[in-house]
Amino acid sequence: MYDVVIIGAGINGGLLAQRLSKFDLKIALLEKDNDVANEATAANSAIIHSGHDPKTGTLKAKLNVRGNHLWEDVCKELSVDFIRNGAFVVAVNDEEKERLKELHEQAQERGVPSRILSREEAIELEPNLSDLVVEALDLPSTAIVSPWEVTIAAVEDAMNHGLELFLHSKVVKIDKKDGYFDVTTAKGVFQAKVVINAAGVYSDEIYAMVSNNSHYQITPRRGEYYVLDRAAKPVVSRTIYPLPSEKGKGVLVVPTIHDNILIGPNSDIISDKEGKDNTAAALAYVKEQVSKTVKNIPMHTIIRTYVGLRPSHLDYDFVIQEADDVKNFINLIGVDSPGLASAPAIAEYVEEIISKMIPLKAKTEPRTPRRPWIILNRMNPQEKQNMFEQDSKFGQMVCRCELVSEGEIIDVIHRNAGARTVKAVKRRVRAGAGRCQGGFCEPRVIAILARELNIKPTQVLLDADDSTILVGETKENLA
Amino acid sequence: MKHYQLVIIGGGSAGLAAAVSAYDNGVSDILILERDKELGGILQQCIHNGFGVHTFKQELSGPGFAERFIDLVNQKHITYKLNAMVIHLNDDKILEYVSPEEGYVVIKAGAIVLAMGCRERTRGAIAVPGYRPSGVWSAGTAQRYLNMEGFMVGKKIFILGSGDIGLIMARRLTLEGAEVKGVAEIMPYSNGLPRNIKQCLEDFDIPLFLSHTITKIDGLDRVSGVTIAQVDASMQPIEGTEKTFDVDTVLFSIGLIPENALSEEANIDMDPKTRGPKVDESYQTSLKGVFACGNVLHVHDLVDFVAEEGSKAGVAAAKYINEKLQSGSVIITIPKEGIGYIVPQRIQAINCDKTVELMFRVRKQYKNVELVIKKDDEVLRVIKKKHLAPAEMEKVILKASDVAECQHSLSIEVVEVAA
Repeated sequence: MYDVVIIGAGINGGLLAQRLSKFDLKIALLEKDNDVANEATAANSAIIHSGHDPKTGTLKAKLNVRGNHLWEDVCKELSVDFIRNGAFVVAVNDEEKERLKELHEQAQERGVPSRILSREEAIELEPNLSDLVVEALDLPSTAIVSPWEVTIAAVEDAMNHGLELFLHSKVVKIDKKDGYFDVTTAKGVFQAKVVINAAGVYSDEIYAMVSNNSHYQITPRRGEYYVLDRAAKPVVSRTIYPLPSEKGKGVLVVPTIHDNILIGPNSDIISDKEGKDNTAAALAYVKEQVSKTVKNIPMHTIIRTYVGLRPSHLDYDFVIQEADDVKNFINLIGVDSPGLASAPAIAEYVEEIISKMIPLKAKTEPRTPRRPWIILNRMNPQEKQNMFEQDSKFGQMVCRCELVSEGEIIDVIHRNAGARTVKAVKRRVRAGAGRCQGGFCEPRVIAILARELNIKPTQVLLDADDSTILVGETKENLA
Repeated sequence: MKHYQLVIIGGGSAGLAAAVSAYDNGVSDILILERDKELGGILQQCIHNGFGVHTFKQELSGPGFAERFIDLVNQKHITYKLNAMVIHLNDDKILEYVSPEEGYVVIKAGAIVLAMGCRERTRGAIAVPGYRPSGVWSAGTAQRYLNMEGFMVGKKIFILGSGDIGLIMARRLTLEGAEVKGVAEIMPYSNGLPRNIKQCLEDFDIPLFLSHTITKIDGLDRVSGVTIAQVDASMQPIEGTEKTFDVDTVLFSIGLIPENALSEEANIDMDPKTRGPKVDESYQTSLKGVFACGNVLHVHDLVDFVAEEGSKAGVAAAKYINEKLQSGSVIITIPKEGIGYIVPQRIQAINCDKTVELMFRVRKQYKNVELVIKKDDEVLRVIKKKHLAPAEMEKVILKASDVAECQHSLSIEVVEVAA
């Protein structure tokens, strides 16, 4: 019997599991895919918003402001990157100046640091703001993280402290028993005292498995993005927002912790929860919109496009509560933006709810911190040479664009929540995330995965279970 | 810190040719750094023939061509390191490389030849709509899988771009038992060599769709299909012209980009048109003692010309090391109407022995035009051309004396001739 079963290993499931791993609890984290952080967590704007934007009085506003406070410590504890690079909301005409002032006042009421900058002051700090910009709202507490790296690190850390992760474990049925649940997956049945529904775009379906009167409906909102090659001096150093609209925060220019620039997203309501295809219309829209806020964007350095599906529902606010009609079943439904920014606060909030269901007794033994990822590219030559002297595989370069060695890749394969696919390697160490998009390193990464996992190269997957890469050996088809 | 007279970054055709010629011109302390497991660069995966017609007067395979230079390097006992990737370069000619034999090594070079070659443009770079499943590669990566790793990438193939690698791969995959359903090219003409269109597509009945591009890639996990459409004059897909193909693989052969991360790190002046360093008549970059040749400088059509350029850069590097390279008054070359770029970008007449070679590409296809070369706005030479295409690099050889008389610039332009 598990004390807690968490459905969904995204940022919310992951951070909650990590938080709960500090208590004397038996916890299972169920994930339908072959890696954690695979859906919305892998494809969003990667921003820790300040909390200036959500509507007053909502859970979104409360948890975003609190989340922004908690994020830095979460990243420190997990030894992952956190950069408080700040953000500007820019006004491009006089009417927008009025709305900028309202946003500023809203931020002030919430204790979110903010100030209005004249065009001249703003340009001084961000010289590539467009010529249309007349004023900017400076939000210095805004930050950036890598959502998937945080999630992977959180799950790894929780597993180091007893969490059981089950991949390939899509939940197909949940039965309410007397005082517990039977959660049925492709991998077997899990008995749980408390169930957390953190299933993102599928959270409505998960809830409907235990409730006959669920009125929740996830209507994914698709956002499309461009990724620009990393640059020594990116076009902006802060996140640049236009003024928000009913459809969301608009098309942003976002520096990443790896010195790339993200441009996007648009916002299209779609019905297909697997509708992760880029469309020509949205990509054109993003390009057109972004020119209003930032100029001199080196669009010739685009290296990739991607799509994220926001798990939006029919109402505005997050639903984070014990289900009205199912005791000990906690829903996280409609956790779209600012879901990432709120995530540590959501974990804290859910912990509070759980504490009223089952006793939470803190573990007494001292907690060993998670061992950080090895990132040779950030070390000086002597530090790198020291790593090489421990293992010559740190001297074999695999990814020429992001400068990743074989030793670093082997390390992330053999950790808890380790990499099993080419994409999983990319998410952890960035091999394949650079300007050649794996053209150079993919054959080498496949060879390493095959060797380390003791499988054939033809069995190595790009991503999901049907994403075979090599279909056979040459000469096989020839009679 | 160890010091070498000459460090060559990249052991492909340009780097090997540069090493051999530098050696022949009196430089003995040479180090070639090659990131792959053997010398030869991309030639090692080009197992088709057609290499060496200019250099060796015979048709060789890629590995065969490479072997000629590798033998010379070995005969001359030129030092090289394999699996050795240069990861940093600064403007003091200090570089850091890494290899599984030595680890992380920082060295200082008297002179450097940049010969890192180029990389392929990817699907991501042109933002092709659709899903992002497995089964999508640049053609060169697929070539490596087939010819070096021994694996098939798919059974039903579509190829975007009619560059030579894509055409070669259409034939290669067909011979390996795959079904190549077609090649789409966004331009109204092919960017490949005419012989490759004939021998790789026509001979195998593989259709070529000119003025077409991919508008969608289907398949959540593995490619399950591709949609193409005809494009209008502004390269936009025309609604209603879509065709779909049932394929499991899409290859991209949509151009090559000089691989200049190191050059940029060393703050070398770059030409946005070639995306390679700006060089002078001696292939010297803006950083004194640093030379560039081959595909890192500008993308070539034939390896023979890459090796020839490497050879010349090697000679120039030797001159520099022996303090025979001079500094004199500088003129610039200007690509005018119809010309995409010119290499070299600047010329010091003092270093030109007898002739100066200008290499350039036109921006689009032309028929029956004149190439007009001007010296300080005065016509120096007019060359009649029946046919010009961006896919074919053009060369003009000028007399050193013509350049010596030049005050500020040489320019080239395409002039349409009244019929």
